[in-house]
Order: sequence, then structure tokens, then C-alpha cells
Amino acid sequence: MKTKLLDITDIIRSKNSGPYELTFDIMFKDFDWFNKVCEAKVINEALVCRLYKIKPEDIINIVEFNPAKAIKITIKRPFPSGNLGETDVYGAQQHAPLLDLEFDL
Amino acid sequence: MKEEFRILSTTAILGYGFPVASFEEGMKRNPHLIAVDGGSTDPGPYYLGAGVSFTDRDAVKRDLEIMIKAGVPRKIPVVIGTAGGSGAESHLDWCRKIIEEIAVENDLHFKLALIHAQLGKDALKNALADGDITPLEPAPELTPEEIDATTNIVAQMGIEPFIEAFDSMPDVILAGRAYDPTCFAALAIKQGYDRALSLHLGKILECASICATPGSGSDCMFGYIGDDYFRVEPLNPIRKCTTLSVAAHTLYEKTNPYILPGPGGHLDLTDCRFEQETENIVRVSGTKFVESEYYTVKLEGAKLIGYRTVSIAGTRDPVMISMIDEIIKGVEERVADNFREKNWQYHLRFNIYGRDGVMAGLEPTPTTAGAHELGIIIEATAPTQKQADTICAFARSTMLHYGYEGRRSTAGNLAFPYSPSDFHAGEVYVFSVYHLLKVEDPAGLFPIEYKTL
Repeated sequence: MKTKLLDITDIIRSKNSGPYELTFDIMFKDFDWFNKVCEAKVINEALVCRLYKIKPEDIINIVEFNPAKAIKITIKRPFPSGNLGETDVYGAQQHAPLLDLEFDL
Repeated sequence: MKEEFRILSTTAILGYGFPVASFEEGMKRNPHLIAVDGGSTDPGPYYLGAGVSFTDRDAVKRDLEIMIKAGVPRKIPVVIGTAGGSGAESHLDWCRKIIEEIAVENDLHFKLALIHAQLGKDALKNALADGDITPLEPAPELTPEEIDATTNIVAQMGIEPFIEAFDSMPDVILAGRAYDPTCFAALAIKQGYDRALSLHLGKILECASICATPGSGSDCMFGYIGDDYFRVEPLNPIRKCTTLSVAAHTLYEKTNPYILPGPGGHLDLTDCRFEQETENIVRVSGTKFVESEYYTVKLEGAKLIGYRTVSIAGTRDPVMISMIDEIIKGVEERVADNFREKNWQYHLRFNIYGRDGVMAGLEPTPTTAGAHELGIIIEATAPTQKQADTICAFARSTMLHYGYEGRRSTAGNLAFPYSPSDFHAGEVYVFSVYHLLKVEDPAGLFPIEYKTL
């Protein structure tokens, strides 16, 4: 059965981490779901590359953070915040592709 | 056992405001320190580059007046980190004048310490030549030319300049660019409280009530530091600190939640514990501070690259929507052709809301399929405002009357919400410095000035 990320999380958000990085926080509703998703490794480099059309070298890290039952993804910004071509100075509206995710867990 | 060190943090960013009732709740707890962080690079490079504040003057004055009127008569130090949002010289000066006004208007007399954080270009070039400046990945290497082109360069101070300022017992400390936790942590560390716990608490207090649930950017938060723990308590009865809300805040705007780098070393949260002490108080322990081999401070700078003019429009025409890529290409070519002999170096962009206006290159579905209307921002950036005006106006009029295939609406292609249709967005800055500088003396870069008001 497919599980929607939207249904098992409380928070999915994006934000700048300094002007050169974009960071995504996925916080799960409970430790069961957090542990299941971590064990299944469904949030991985290949997925992030596919969702955001980026290369593996553009991913800075994907970290599982137990105290907040959260998975954190940090990528290089396509260009520094505020450069020509900017559409989201704060980086706060780059999370939407994560909302649509579904997994077999 | 030593008494707990008590800190009242008033709001997430100076000028974002707070309810007076929350502040009074905080004062009832007899804080040793009233502090607020003023800074962020989030609003982008403009504010640092242009030397202006992203917060409003009257809103900043309102917050500071309440803090100073409560703190000064009771001899509770009031500390402000990163004056004016970016902490360069002009920001510090802007905020100092506000404090001087408050002193005069309220007939308050006190000692003010100003800590400067803007760096001279010659000293930076010497440091660059000595190999003391390294880029914070993925920023590029710094060059002397880039230093010259940058309008304002600041360094984020650590706790040391604050500790030195406290030696002179000022009533108010106004600091330029500072690592966010330091304005909260420095006095506790000076008085012998644990450095890691003080900084970690500062990291939470710098955003005040954002770490509570429901979160808010405009409410107070209270912190207590004990021997081997700290506690956070919201001051508004509608909010609670929960282990989740506090731990979640540890993720906020960070690259790696276990390792939080700052001046002189990093916080290590690997063995950190978040415990629910009461319904609304969270107790944190186990944070460690790991000193780095060299003491480094973070540099930030922005440079002017031109001037921007924008035009805002929309379309509701399905044929136009289906042809939008071709239309944009045609308009770009016509603009380039019309001014070819001028040889202008401009940047012309059509940001299309309804296609990829929010995510640009990261958008997984950059299509107009299903869109019944599009928002269009025509943006021209050029070396002078006049050239930007010309390019923007010409692109706008060309797009308005552009004859594309299948067109029915020959009276005009665009809906403009405003007259005039074009706006000056003014100076355009980009981040040009985001580097680490190795220093011998952590306080040496940050001169302290004392004033008696």
C-alpha cells in the first residue's frame, strides 16, 4: 500500500541555510513512521536529484535527526540568494515537490 | 549549586514586536539580562550592500524603548546583537541614534557600549594575501577586486567582544554584526556558566517564540541556565515549549542539526537531550562545545551590480498562454535587435507565475498546462536606472502588441494592474563575500566605543 508523506508528517518546509544553501525539514508525526522511513531509506540522494532536477554533487547532506523525528536535506542553491534570476529570496517556498511523495513502506 | 542565570529574549528580530504582557511576565522572573537579536541574511543582499535596515525605524524604537525603560533603572543590562539587521557601520549608527532619542525623550542617563563589526578593505586584502581567508563552500574564492567592489564587509563577532564590553559595566550594549547566540550567551559565559549550554540556549532564544507551539516571530521567550542544563519557558499563556517544538527549532535554517558551527568552534548536539519538565517548559542537556584548531569569524559582504526596473502584468488568454515561450523569445530578440548598436549590458527576464515563477530551475513541472491565467513580471537590470527603464519599457510595449501565431486579441496581450505599469526597484546587490577569516585575537577586529548618555 502506498503511504503519502503528507499523511505521516507534521511539517515539511524549506528555507535558506545562509545565502548559498537551501535546506528542507521533514518532521514526522511519530517515531514509528520516522523509523520506518529511515529504515527503508526512501528519502535518499536519487530521490532528491529526481525531484529537484539536480546532480548528486549538489546535495550537501541528508541527515536523520532523532530528537525531532526529522529528516533534513540540504542542497546547494542554484545561485546565491538574491542573485539575478532569483525567485525566492528566503527559500521558503521550495518544499512543494516533497508534499506529493508516496512510498511503499 | 549556583543560582540559575536568567535571560529575557524579547522577540525574534528587533522591530518584530512583542506583547507587553509577555514582557512583564519576563520581568517578574527577575532576568539578569534582557537581550534581542537584530540580524539576518534572509532578506537578501540588498540591506547589507545598501547599508539600510530591513526592519522599520518606528517598530525598532517601540521595542527598544520598552526594553531600555525596564532594564536601565533596574541595572539589568540590555544587549542588542546585529544592529539594523546587517550590522555594518551605517546600521550601527542608525540604531545608536534611536537609542539616543529614547534616552533624551525619557530623561534616561546611562552608559552605552557600541561594538563595531565593519572591516576595512586594506586589512582584508592583507589577510587574503596571507592566506587567512577561505570560502564557505559553495561560495567562490575571494579576490582583491571583489573586496574593492563590495560596499560593506562585516564579520560576525563571537562572545569575546561582548565579554570585554561587560568589563566596563555598560547599561546597554549595541553590537554590529554578531553570531546570533552571542548577545544572549556572553554574560552567562563571563559569569562562569557552561559555554556550550549558554550558546545552545542563545541559539534558541535568538528566535524567541519561534521555538514554541504555536510559534510566533513577535513574542518573548525566557531562558534559564543551570550547572549542566538549560530550560526554556514561553511567557504567553497561549504558547508551550514542547520537546518537539524546541528540537524542531534546532533544525531551523541549519545545514546539519548535530553540528552547529560558530566563531571559535562548533556546538555538538550528538548527545543532546530534550526533556519535558512541565507542560510548557523544556529542559535541555548534553550539548558540547568543540573548539576549532584556529579561531575563525564569518565574513559577509554584498556588492552593487546595477539597477532594476520591473513591470507587472498578466494574461487570461488561452492561446497566449499556450504560446508563452515563443512570445518571450520573440520579445527578447526584438529588444536585443532594437538596441544592438548601444551595446548595453542588460539582464532581461520574464518571470512567469503559473509556470515556474516560484521555483525556476528547481520546478519539477515547468508547464502552463492547466493554467487559466499567468502572472508576468518583466524585469530589466542594467548598469544605470535609465537603461533599465528603457529595456523594461520597450520589452513591456513589445510584449503588449506582439503578434504571435493564432492570436485573436489584437487590441493587447497584457493586463496591467497599475498605471504607471513600470516601477523602479532601484539598486541591485548580490552577495560577494561569504568567507571565513582566521584571527589571532577574537576581540581584535571589533573596536568598542563607550558613550555616556
